[in-house]
Amino acid sequence: MNATLPERDFAQKWHLKALFAIILVAIIIAGSVQKVGIETEFSWDQFFQIWKEMAHPDWSYFPVIVQPILETVQMALVGTLFGTLLAIPFSLMASTNIMKNKFVLSVVRFFLNIVRAVPDMLLAAVFVAIVGIGPMAGVGALTVFSFGMISKLFYEAVETIDEGPVEALTAAGANSVQTIIFAVIPQVTNQFLSYFLYTLEINVRASTVLGYLGAGGVGLYLDQTLSMFLYDRTAIVILGILAVVVVVDGISNHLREALA
Amino acid sequence: MESPKGTVKIDHVSKVYKNGTVGLDDINLDIKAGEFVVVVGLSGAGKSTLLRAINRLHDVTDGHILIDDEDITEAKGKQLRMIRRNIAMIFQNFNLVNRVSVARNVFNGRVGYYSSIKSALGLYSKEDKQRAENNLERVNMLDKYYTRADELSGGQQQRVAIARAMMQSPTVFLADEPIASLDPKTTKMVMDDLKRLNEELGMTVIVNLHSVPLAREYASRIIGLRGGKLVYDEPIQAVKESDFSEIYAEESDGKD
Repeated sequence: MNATLPERDFAQKWHLKALFAIILVAIIIAGSVQKVGIETEFSWDQFFQIWKEMAHPDWSYFPVIVQPILETVQMALVGTLFGTLLAIPFSLMASTNIMKNKFVLSVVRFFLNIVRAVPDMLLAAVFVAIVGIGPMAGVGALTVFSFGMISKLFYEAVETIDEGPVEALTAAGANSVQTIIFAVIPQVTNQFLSYFLYTLEINVRASTVLGYLGAGGVGLYLDQTLSMFLYDRTAIVILGILAVVVVVDGISNHLREALA
Repeated sequence: MESPKGTVKIDHVSKVYKNGTVGLDDINLDIKAGEFVVVVGLSGAGKSTLLRAINRLHDVTDGHILIDDEDITEAKGKQLRMIRRNIAMIFQNFNLVNRVSVARNVFNGRVGYYSSIKSALGLYSKEDKQRAENNLERVNMLDKYYTRADELSGGQQQRVAIARAMMQSPTVFLADEPIASLDPKTTKMVMDDLKRLNEELGMTVIVNLHSVPLAREYASRIIGLRGGKLVYDEPIQAVKESDFSEIYAEESDGKD
């Protein structure tokens, strides 16, 4: 056994890179804790008080929030649908295997990156300013938000397709539209539907708080009951949201498993 | 289709890839209508490149390729699609759309005859529906009409691919290593299918093969490529076993 292991240099031997990375992260976290002021007094009394009141929900309030909760789900549905429809052409234009023109590709991708960079709450605020208070603002915000997210998910799906059928259709004399319809779309339909449902899940959750900004839905009631300290009613709103989110997630997960 | 159509004239064709690799080096070939040409050679000899140049899935860097006297190397847009329509092709990996039915895959071979909208809506003529059935019948796959393509075996998929290619009503039929992923039994079925297209419909068939015995069994003419050069071209009557050692000789600079 005269074989010798290769020599490691100093940095490798003491794992200097990893060590530096850990120290750096520790410093950043410690600094953040200090800046945020996490050590300031936390009122446990207040915390338990709210819990106690919420533990006795005011069930008579329930009928009031049914309509807004439905509106929330409807906003999410319509917003996700519009966003998805918009995303399909853009995602095709952002896929390297479909869009051979590098310039158009990078312009479309840049545009999508910008859209995606805007948070949903900011979109809601902007749409409230544009179309006024109400569910229309929520639909607008969710449309743009879904569009940004779905476009990226879609073009990544399109880029993973098998190129064989595309080649076969091209060889058969199909034009580019026909190639997309017959060789690309059938390969990604299930993934598209799955991403649509996933985005719908996210949008249902997001839409519950959009009401805070006046963009329609149940969020408005969350805001009102909280600011009037009617925690027994807040509890109803939260339970209602919880129920809807669980149901929508459940259905969506079930369908997505079936699609996989 | 009975008319003597399906000539392929390859005139001083060269292909140099962007990285400098020579794919094809000054190829000259005159393929007459109704020939069954088998192209043999090592992997990377340029067999696939040659086939894909004929229907212009690959562009060539030099020379011209004429299909029934029409220059596909110069054609653009609609004209290119019209020429491609007359050249059917099947592939090593079948290239069917897995998630859809056999029927829809077969109709995909006909879309070149329809506008985008008509084909998207599936408005195929009665005649073409009959054509689809006939073509599936010919390769013994009619009973799989509604089956999803990915539920078929490899051999069955290749036969569906042949039916799809036949939907083009082609004059030239290209097959790029059609049997490389098939077992011996299905290999024979697929090769027999090609032979029948050649003999019964008078179609020009050009096949890339790795197998010398199969080449000798089916071809009417054998062409050998090595390092992108045409090194062998004889009618089947003149082919001798010893000729193949020359074609399959390893190149000293053995480039891909």
